[in-house]
Amino acid sequence: MSTVKLTVNGKAVSVDVEDRTLLVQLLRDHLNLTGTHVGCDTSQCGACVVHMDGRAVKSCTMLAGQADGANITTIEGIAKGDELHPMQAAFRDNHGLQCGYCTPGMIMSAIDIVQRHGGQLDEATVRQELEGNICRCTGYHNIVKAVLDAAGRMKVAQAAE
Amino acid sequence: MYQTTYHRASSVDEAVSLFGKSSEAKFLAGGQTLLPVMKQRLASPSDVIDLGKIKELQGVELSGDTLTIKAATTYYDIMTNADVKKAIPAIAYLTSVLGDPAVRYRGTIGGSIANNDPAADFPAALLALGATVKTNKRSIAAEDFFQGLFSTALEDGEIITAVSFPVPAKAGYEKMRHPASRFALTGVFVAQTKSGEVRVAATGASQSGVMRVPAIEAALKANWSPSAIDSVSISASGLLADIHGTAEYRANLVKVMAQRAVAAAS
Repeated sequence: MSTVKLTVNGKAVSVDVEDRTLLVQLLRDHLNLTGTHVGCDTSQCGACVVHMDGRAVKSCTMLAGQADGANITTIEGIAKGDELHPMQAAFRDNHGLQCGYCTPGMIMSAIDIVQRHGGQLDEATVRQELEGNICRCTGYHNIVKAVLDAAGRMKVAQAAE
Repeated sequence: MYQTTYHRASSVDEAVSLFGKSSEAKFLAGGQTLLPVMKQRLASPSDVIDLGKIKELQGVELSGDTLTIKAATTYYDIMTNADVKKAIPAIAYLTSVLGDPAVRYRGTIGGSIANNDPAADFPAALLALGATVKTNKRSIAAEDFFQGLFSTALEDGEIITAVSFPVPAKAGYEKMRHPASRFALTGVFVAQTKSGEVRVAATGASQSGVMRVPAIEAALKANWSPSAIDSVSISASGLLADIHGTAEYRANLVKVMAQRAVAAAS
């Protein structure tokens, strides 16, 4: 057992876990943050994507211990109270989800994509960048629309700040 | 995953000392291969020694005609590094088509070459560019480092600290990506050194891991152009064959990827 100290969605937490515990297990099983999903458990599907120190990573392919001292943001941490994050709002408005299983990972990856590319996003780039996130419902069409829509909203939101 | 004990090393010396105290330890860099393998219970190290936070293993240096990438530098940090893009753009490109964005944030060059997966991208770059692998004990030429499937010259407890690449006159890389895993079904790295030597390495093709391709090297030495490879014949003997492609298919891919790599080389 080890004590892992990290910041999750702005809150400092300290959790005693077995050393083999994955970051996604720490989030879901120890902190009850079940918005982060486990899909394939083999690093392919991206349902488990969270932000670690601002970078979108697959939380099923990290030991909890590797996140010691890190700043983690999960899908539960991106809305401001009742106000959805622009990416969440864009997914809703564009029907970017059906069953919703992949959605938390899609949204966390998509925010990272927008942050990395800023205003340089086009459809081809979004499709290429989403290669590590798998959706079996939507055919990606509305997901891509949502990400492009959100990229515009995030730019406006940033300009307003 | 079986039980294990996790350690975070803050220096190479500490990592070596932790290794010596463990019965069956493994070094962990980005963990993008080791952790999935442990989850499948194909590896069950007693101890996992994390190298990911060791400062001396991070970063890129360009000094004269040598580009040095330290071992725990992530793919993302390599592909976005200004010195890499300037000195050997083919390495930045190779890194940008490796895995997916989340994997690129975690995976490292040292982890990739220590694992020496027969379909990994970086071994081809090291072999084609004539790179040198630096460890905490010695320097090893790429030719001597890669020793077949998942096998390298590394001794127990030896840690890769950096890879040094001589800056080439021209280099290019292209691969046929496996659509699910993003590994190279076959990938070819071509390089023309500043002294005019041509070196070509293929990954994902041979049953014994990354390999040089002398026939293509000779053709390109005579004429550095994609069409120079048209008449080259690659034997399917000794090449990998699986549900994704036959040995003959891979033999043809070696040619086609080499042609594309030459066309893309800069």
